[in-house]
Amino acid sequence: MTTAPVELDRPDAADDVRPDRPWVAIVWNDPINLMSYVTYVFQAVFGYSKRKAEKLMLDVHHKGRAVVSSGTREEMERDCEILHSYGLWATVKQDI
Amino acid sequence: MNGGFTSARGGRVRLRIGSEEAAVVRLLMGQLLDLLGEGDEPESGSGADVGMPDLQLSENTAVSDDPVLARLFPDAYREDQNASAEFRRYTEAGLREGKRAAAKTVLATLGEGGEVVLDPDEAQAWLRALNDLRLALGVRLDITEETLDQMRTFDWDDPRNAGYAAYDWLTYLQESLVRALW
Repeated sequence: MTTAPVELDRPDAADDVRPDRPWVAIVWNDPINLMSYVTYVFQAVFGYSKRKAEKLMLDVHHKGRAVVSSGTREEMERDCEILHSYGLWATVKQDI
Repeated sequence: MNGGFTSARGGRVRLRIGSEEAAVVRLLMGQLLDLLGEGDEPESGSGADVGMPDLQLSENTAVSDDPVLARLFPDAYREDQNASAEFRRYTEAGLREGKRAAAKTVLATLGEGGEVVLDPDEAQAWLRALNDLRLALGVRLDITEETLDQMRTFDWDDPRNAGYAAYDWLTYLQESLVRALW
């Protein structure tokens, strides 16, 4: 099956803001926060199961960082603020 | 050394703490409060003197030069200074007040030592305040992943020994509190 070539309006790269691209909250490894505490915080803040929270904690520990939540920019800034209130080293960025 | 925190009825936790250990916690929490600033008086130039509500917006837009404050209030964006400054403007005062309130709850419930029983809210305040204290002490002591190994080859002449001992004990205390709350 083939389709006839058609002229398409190609969007400018500059217009490609992709508002659907989610934002993420990232937690970074540090040598002070306890592994048990970080797991506890992921459960308390996000309502994750202990299993999921432990996996994320181990990702942070072994890979140096982990994406812990995703959503709108406002939601991720809110998550980041809450994580800072617990003393976790969290940042926000738009997902790639 | 004592037994750390244990679970009690009704979501409470219990700690038996000696008077000397309580004195160490009081001293260090007091230092943490000093570092976090008083914050009770409105800053000059804030809305209070023109009849405006205090919106708790932070004057700070840049990360602190003090490595402890930089760790307690880190940049929220790694590659966007403007976004970090904006985030800080809207969050830092509130975060600072939350950390101060938690440290004050520890001081109010600790007393002179003996038996301390905490309700769930007080236990959460202790959990955060102990973590902030460990972050502050850990940054000052330059704690790294390798520090534990260094501590095993104990050097009697190291002036940081008292700090290491306090850090180690606070770590034990926080770990026991996490376990008691789980």
